[in-house]
Amino acid sequence: MTILEFFLWSLLKVAVVTVVMLLGIAYTVLLERKLVGRIQNRWGPSRVGPFGLLQPLVDGAKSFLKEDLIPTAVYRPIYLLAPILSLGCALISIAVVPFGANMGPHGFDLFEISNINIGLLVILGVTSMGVYGIALAGWSSNNKYSLLGSLRSSAQLISYELALGLSLVGVVLRAGSLNLRVIVEQQATLGIATWNIFGGFQFLAFFIYLMAAFAETNRSPFDLPEAESELTGGYHTEYSSMKFAMFFMAEYGNMINVGCVATLLFLGGWTSPLGNLMPPLQSTLVNALLPIFWFVLKVFLFLCLYVWVRGTLPRFRYDQLMNFGWRFLLPLAIVNIVGTSLWLAYR
Amino acid sequence: MHLILFFLFAGFCLAGAINLLLQTHPINSALSLIVVMTSLAVLYLLLGAEFLAIAQIIVYAGAVMVLFTFVVMLLNAGREERTLGSRAASRVGFPAVVALFAVLSTILLRAQGLGSAHLGQGLTNAPGQSNLVLLSQVLFHELLLPFEVTSVLILIAILGAVALAHAEGSKTGGSERMAEK
Repeated sequence: MTILEFFLWSLLKVAVVTVVMLLGIAYTVLLERKLVGRIQNRWGPSRVGPFGLLQPLVDGAKSFLKEDLIPTAVYRPIYLLAPILSLGCALISIAVVPFGANMGPHGFDLFEISNINIGLLVILGVTSMGVYGIALAGWSSNNKYSLLGSLRSSAQLISYELALGLSLVGVVLRAGSLNLRVIVEQQATLGIATWNIFGGFQFLAFFIYLMAAFAETNRSPFDLPEAESELTGGYHTEYSSMKFAMFFMAEYGNMINVGCVATLLFLGGWTSPLGNLMPPLQSTLVNALLPIFWFVLKVFLFLCLYVWVRGTLPRFRYDQLMNFGWRFLLPLAIVNIVGTSLWLAYR
Repeated sequence: MHLILFFLFAGFCLAGAINLLLQTHPINSALSLIVVMTSLAVLYLLLGAEFLAIAQIIVYAGAVMVLFTFVVMLLNAGREERTLGSRAASRVGFPAVVALFAVLSTILLRAQGLGSAHLGQGLTNAPGQSNLVLLSQVLFHELLLPFEVTSVLILIAILGAVALAHAEGSKTGGSERMAEK
């Protein structure tokens, strides 16, 4: 494979994955509106297209056509940079997520943009850079509600990032690698029985990851940075039109990223619930597409869980949030690491 | 290819560093510092130290600098003021930095047992071996005692921060743990 071929293939992959990711974000919004609607005993969007399926397209067009207001007293360069930073970080992480078996022409990895040996750390790094989008948006807006929202958000993200990172250590210890493909393949041997959440006894880690991930993506019950009832919208109060839509997309993009990481680390990634017990099928096409089906299904179920929690739980108070993160999740994560290490050493 | 990338990101790094000094508003300086740190991470990556690169991004660009911007935002720090001290520092500072750079580079170039890394090549001779594995072997076998002593040092810093926070009469909360970062 020449440099040019590699470049063209990579460009193709990036284009396809970005389009799929953006569509995924649009339809996650619809999924949320539909599901929350059903939880609250109403229909949700149902007018545009069959079952309201064209609603995301109409929403997108609406965001583009709205007037783009920039308040006079904002700090312009940072005000304009913040939404780009936010959305950019949300879209980059998917580059290291493998969503199918390693196959393709000439050993070329068709179902992952780049297979690198520190994939998990790259996701954590990109997520930690995503804080700046929110923090700078609130600061540059020159609005007290925005500033309060972004201060809350920064404090929350710093606190929960620690618990999030530590919860993943158990999985990394078991796999002995930070490469996401290795982590998934290690779970595939006996199917559902060897998924990290069950066979690996990492359900504690999964629980911690789930809580921390909800906080990291500013989702209910940890949606203090944008608490409508007290902050009118938090860090994106002063944003309108497409800039607001970019923050919105970043939030849903981060939800998808978190779903992908949870799927890869705890739920066996693209492997089927039977794992390697099921003999590979004859057809190459089915062998290529079946893993993608499993991956998408798992991420979809995770997103449904997200929406379910949002529709059910009330918001935390700020001191409860901090106490929960530092006094409960962090010690629990450390206990999980010690337990996993002892178990691995004993075995 | 590697050379082009090296010059590109070295340029970013220098531009960020100069901008950091020239800007008068603390938040602009903090953002320039983030640019410096991420460009440095790319330079590490070009030298084949992928773990160092990503650690640089997670720890420095992602955690330490978030705290910096957090504090700048919290205190709502305004523009920098010119005082006698800052004028004196700008006079003495540049020669001092040049002198320090010269001394450090002489020591590093003269030091025995230090190899050199090359652009686009791995740090180790064995291809395909992750430098994560080698790094952890060095860290947890050969340098175990210094490593543990460092962690005790950090623990002392945390205890100190907790003691200070309690001395001021504040109740417990998240703030004292921030020092852990």
